[in-house]
Amino acid sequence: MNLTLKVWRQKNNQSEGSLETYQVKDISSEMSFLEMFDVLNEQLILSGGEPIAFDHDCREGICGMCSMHINGRAHGPWTNNTTCQLHMRAFKDGDTIVVEPWRSKAFPVIKDLTVDRSAFDRVIQAGGFISVNTGNAVDANSLPIDKKDADDAFMAASCIGCGACVATCVNSSAMLFVSAKVSQLALLPQGAPERESRVLNMVAQMDKENFGNCTNTYACEAECPKGISVANIARMNKEYLQASLTTES
Amino acid sequence: MAFDSKIPKGEMNEKWNDYKGHVKLVNPANKRKLEVIVVGTGLAGASAAASLGEMGYKVKAFCFQDSPRRAHSIAAQGGINAAKNYQNDGDSVFRLFYDTVKGGDYRAREANVHRLAEVSTSIIDQCVAQGVPFAREYGGLLSNRSFGGTQVQRTFYAAGQTGQQLLLGAYSALERQVALGNVTMYARHEMLDVVMIEDKARGIIARNLVTGELEKHFGHAVLLCSGGYGNVFYLSTNAMGSNVTAAWKAHKKGAFFGNPCFTQIHPTCIPVSGDYQSKLTLMSESLRNDGRIWVPKNKGENRKPVDIPEEERDYYLERRYPAFGNLVPRDVASRAAKERCDEGYGVGTTKLAVYLDFADAILRYGKIEAGKMGDHSASEAALIQLGKEVVKEKYGNLFAMYEKITGENPYDMPMRIYPAVHYVMGGLWVDYELQTTVKGLYALGEANFSEHGANRLGASALMQGLADGYFVIPYTLGNYLADEIRTASISTDHPAFVETEKAVKDRIDTLLNIKGKQTVESFHKRLGLIMWDKCGMARSEKGLKEAIEQIQALKKEFWSDVRIPGEANGMNTELDKAGRVADFIELGELMCKDALVRNESCGGHFREEYQTEDGEAKRDDENFSFVSAWEYVGESDWKLNKEELTFEIVKPTQRSYK
Repeated sequence: MNLTLKVWRQKNNQSEGSLETYQVKDISSEMSFLEMFDVLNEQLILSGGEPIAFDHDCREGICGMCSMHINGRAHGPWTNNTTCQLHMRAFKDGDTIVVEPWRSKAFPVIKDLTVDRSAFDRVIQAGGFISVNTGNAVDANSLPIDKKDADDAFMAASCIGCGACVATCVNSSAMLFVSAKVSQLALLPQGAPERESRVLNMVAQMDKENFGNCTNTYACEAECPKGISVANIARMNKEYLQASLTTES
Repeated sequence: MAFDSKIPKGEMNEKWNDYKGHVKLVNPANKRKLEVIVVGTGLAGASAAASLGEMGYKVKAFCFQDSPRRAHSIAAQGGINAAKNYQNDGDSVFRLFYDTVKGGDYRAREANVHRLAEVSTSIIDQCVAQGVPFAREYGGLLSNRSFGGTQVQRTFYAAGQTGQQLLLGAYSALERQVALGNVTMYARHEMLDVVMIEDKARGIIARNLVTGELEKHFGHAVLLCSGGYGNVFYLSTNAMGSNVTAAWKAHKKGAFFGNPCFTQIHPTCIPVSGDYQSKLTLMSESLRNDGRIWVPKNKGENRKPVDIPEEERDYYLERRYPAFGNLVPRDVASRAAKERCDEGYGVGTTKLAVYLDFADAILRYGKIEAGKMGDHSASEAALIQLGKEVVKEKYGNLFAMYEKITGENPYDMPMRIYPAVHYVMGGLWVDYELQTTVKGLYALGEANFSEHGANRLGASALMQGLADGYFVIPYTLGNYLADEIRTASISTDHPAFVETEKAVKDRIDTLLNIKGKQTVESFHKRLGLIMWDKCGMARSEKGLKEAIEQIQALKKEFWSDVRIPGEANGMNTELDKAGRVADFIELGELMCKDALVRNESCGGHFREEYQTEDGEAKRDDENFSFVSAWEYVGESDWKLNKEELTFEIVKPTQRSYK
């Protein structure tokens, strides 16, 4: 198939960006979306241009590095999917595809489609862990965990930190990302000792990073490649309220 | 140059304890003055950086991704082994040790493997304490499954995302140390050389991949946890950015390279569909617990797989290896698939694929579910529906991934699979302390030549990465640093730093100034084809000699005709890639040379000249029971050093899975 691409080009975080138009020909429907970008980049290099910078690594939907806003949707038209797992059979001959980076004040553009998501790392640094030094652990089976809690913790932990939730939210809220980690650790007995300080500190850091607030549009859940549930946001709100009421400040 | 494996004396099961009891210690006040550089933040790097930070060392960690959480360990699917014997099925430290030495086709160092088996149980404890959500049974205790090459259930897992959950555990420990100020994290940075002062590694030159600036970093010791080099084949299950550069720079500064030709070709990957293909996707080995592998008995079969009757199918693994069946080790399964396809029984459009079929498992699980409900007259359709639900719970994410990539539904149609490059057993040669032949320079995880011999068993890579980072390096590094407490931090204005930085800059300028006509990607693809055809699943003297010539020619062409657009200042992904491909080309030559001198077949290394009458690998213990440790001499010039392997406990026999 032949396609028209409109791609966001921006030299660096100081410069202004704009959409540039490119044509690609003979694209196979078996290709992945990023393989189509590889074809475009080879074309650009050979014609004396500069290739488009975009983040990608594992190309199997798990590392969370790829991050394209495609035709107005984070990770493109398929649900529960990452950009790298999107395949060209989602499009048809003659289509025009608009590709932009994640848009959020907390995720400044570095170059073209590449953004800086280090804010997520700083939120984790604020409390997204259990303080257990290497060698401190007791036998793994000494603490049975209700299977349902374990399963729910696992579902929350399947977040890949790609930032689609932020990119798709009208408020650029990171509530889904933060609540997934808060939930995972709140559901497990190992997380109990730091339960209150964790949620308070992570939310405080989230606010500091310029993420917006949550107005329950549920767009984040709809666009999350891993299908993380907004029930986690409700759980985080409960954790936050409880911690606020019981923690001395 | 020093070449001593430093294996402690004493009984096999006392070596590690004894070592720990006598190793030198560094007191807490001195730890604060000692700086450690960790390159790579996968399971080995993140766990090492976190643990060393906790101990009080000043750590600097580097990764090329935008966050340490994205290292490719994250993509490991199936599980992690540990000798917990929670299933009461006769597992023990000894059995895990024995299986690993045997599975590695007797080309691993016994003492290292025994240590690995010993610490395996602590890894599970540590991960659970961090909140890693492993699969559990209804009683709340941990669940296990079996994996290829073993007859016990010792694999811990988190659905098909075990690597992700383990890495996020190590990442959270790492970020905690970042918050505490014990670790400084440098994401989007790539190590481009090791800085040597006198005969010790004293730091690195790294490129900031956003600004393009070169940076000089001092460390009393440097730990390379930079993963494997499977991308030398261009197509592999590795991430696009996975590369050999850090290890290769270390090699050129004096670190020996161990068994470079030992490559693991994983039997269950989604086949190649076209020449635009950029990477291959693994379907976890755990699928072989329930999937049956087959090809049609007739050549040129054109019917759909579901229309081929049972008696016209060849379940060739079950036929050839009745004891292990579909659960034979990876090297055996891969070669058997290649053999069938080479003979003309392959399926799919390319005929380079075999079926992995879940129909029997679905029906079997359906019957169990119906039995639980007391329904003994359920129709086959109802049983299939029930069975699909069970299979979905076990492998749902893998099936979904398969369907996204191929557009086919594996619940109704067998998967098509074919072997693909997945892991490298080879890597930097290290002694018992994980130190390379360069003092102060260590290699952990897949980056070292490691405990897997000539073939790695499933669910052992995660175990080794975390063992090295959490439980080995915290002890062994102290043994070196205890003698470094009088070494004050060296200024990065030292001539060694300045000169190394200049050499790195010159190389970047040279690359950018070639301004040729061919893209980096096109060179990488050509290298990959040479490697896959001649140094892949089957190797021969003739093919390897041709490959060496072709790679040398490719190298010349690369350095005279590669085109890298853009500048050194600022983000330049083509420049990043060019440096990596240049190193892959040099590595490819060494891999072929290594495969050429190893006149035997063992594990993942299969030389066509050395096979038994029924096509099994023919090992030669008399002449090749050694680790090849290659020393860099100069361009296209290496010296082979041999570390003889002795087996005190596990006596080498022909590996049989029949």
